[in-house]
Amino acid sequence: MSRESNNAAWRPCAKLTTLQIRAQLLRQIREFFHQRQVWEVETPILSRHGVTDPHLRSFTTLYHEPGERHGQVRYLHTSPEYAMKRLLAAGSGSIYQLARVFRNAERGRWHNPEFTLLEWYRVGFDHQQLIDEVGVLVQQLLQPALGALTIERVAYAELFQQHLGIDPHRDQPSVLRDCAVAHGIIPPPGLSLTERDPWLDLLLTHCLQHQLGQSGRISVLYDYPVTQAALARIRPGDPPVAERFEFYVQGIELANGFHELNDPQEQRRRFEQDNQHRRLQGQATLALDEEFLASLAHLPSCSGVALGVDRLLLLATGQQQISEVISFSFGRA
Amino acid sequence: MANYSTNEFKGGLKIMLDGDPCSILENEFVKPGKGQAFNRVKIRNLKTGRVIERTFKSGESVEGADVLDLEMQYLYSDGEFWYFMHPDTFEQLSADAVAIGDQAKWLKEQDACQLTLWNGTPLSVTAPNFVELTITETDPGLKGDTSGSGGKPATLETGAVVRVPLFVQIGEVIRVDTRTGEYVSRVK
Repeated sequence: MSRESNNAAWRPCAKLTTLQIRAQLLRQIREFFHQRQVWEVETPILSRHGVTDPHLRSFTTLYHEPGERHGQVRYLHTSPEYAMKRLLAAGSGSIYQLARVFRNAERGRWHNPEFTLLEWYRVGFDHQQLIDEVGVLVQQLLQPALGALTIERVAYAELFQQHLGIDPHRDQPSVLRDCAVAHGIIPPPGLSLTERDPWLDLLLTHCLQHQLGQSGRISVLYDYPVTQAALARIRPGDPPVAERFEFYVQGIELANGFHELNDPQEQRRRFEQDNQHRRLQGQATLALDEEFLASLAHLPSCSGVALGVDRLLLLATGQQQISEVISFSFGRA
Repeated sequence: MANYSTNEFKGGLKIMLDGDPCSILENEFVKPGKGQAFNRVKIRNLKTGRVIERTFKSGESVEGADVLDLEMQYLYSDGEFWYFMHPDTFEQLSADAVAIGDQAKWLKEQDACQLTLWNGTPLSVTAPNFVELTITETDPGLKGDTSGSGGKPATLETGAVVRVPLFVQIGEVIRVDTRTGEYVSRVK
């Protein structure tokens, strides 16, 4: 046998029938938004600014002006959020985008460093109204594969209280660590005992996530701890909560959404906090995206969500890992 | 010994965990969209053989374990230790009863065995997949029985007891699969 015919690495990772279902999903998504008069936009993949979120790592590349020797750093977007919000601030009304996004240092069974996000914004919606809409879309897209699914809303605190007996908004890191130990998890070395979020992430991913979205349900987690607000509004109360939500089907995280923060001062404070966090972790800090911050003063009240299209396709085709739904996954790209 | 980061955790990598040498079996990357990335790792403790699950923050480093698999020739046993020789350097090593475990019953002088060494000391010994051993004791079989129905126990020169077909006799050499402890064939 010749060397050429022996080497199968040129072949796609996904079956062609899976890629045809991907095409159908994309068409259904576009039809869904067409029906609702939400229009499709495109925004730049390359940006002068990277995200400050300490848990996200942007790919970078160099741009050379004609004749320029050294080049200037550009970031590949991790989501089209900032640019889309600038369109919203400019008066676009409700918009959506099917974007290819890039996240460095994320690769595994459920992660490919390059993937497809469906991101959309609804002017005038709060996060609960957007949950309804996401639910309708996900129900529609997964119906042929999984049958009729029901939406189950669970407050973040309720989930932790019910299954682990802890209060995720108030309990100290040491209490969360003890809870992990009681559930058979040996504390990962180096996990900060001054912060609660890493322990909440540990408990969510190890003890809770697998039971979300099972037996014909789509689980929606909502009202997150304020320390995990990201770009969501905070609703005052006792405790105050971040108006953020996530969708889970068969234990897989499918979407993340916010009732969008439109207070430039508060957003700047969170970015600076991110950079402070980065400094403490020995990561490079990032210049703040001033154009994005300036646009926030004009951002209408809205909610937005990002949904992983590859994971949706994975559920729609019953595959076991993300590489099986991507034409050429990272290792073959 | 070198340190290894979670991204280098591949099946077969040997690391130190709680003072014991371990081998990585599986490594799963787990990360909430907006949160801490973890590696959930399945690990075999090479001292106890037990498989455990551990979680690391992605990017954490762990000390490597100086673990080496070597093919060595079995020499003899003095009852307390089992002695092996490196076929090229003629260097000799001794393994204790813990390292030998249940493999002792398959060891025949001159046979090539797999030794797993930690810091130069045998952690475990694996006999060859197939060994040829002489039968030292078994009930005489019925003449003409070639069906092997049910079989009978036979004691081998190393002390191991295996089930053999009725026609196999004392003094004959048989081939045994050490992974299952089953008779394979007679050796002419």
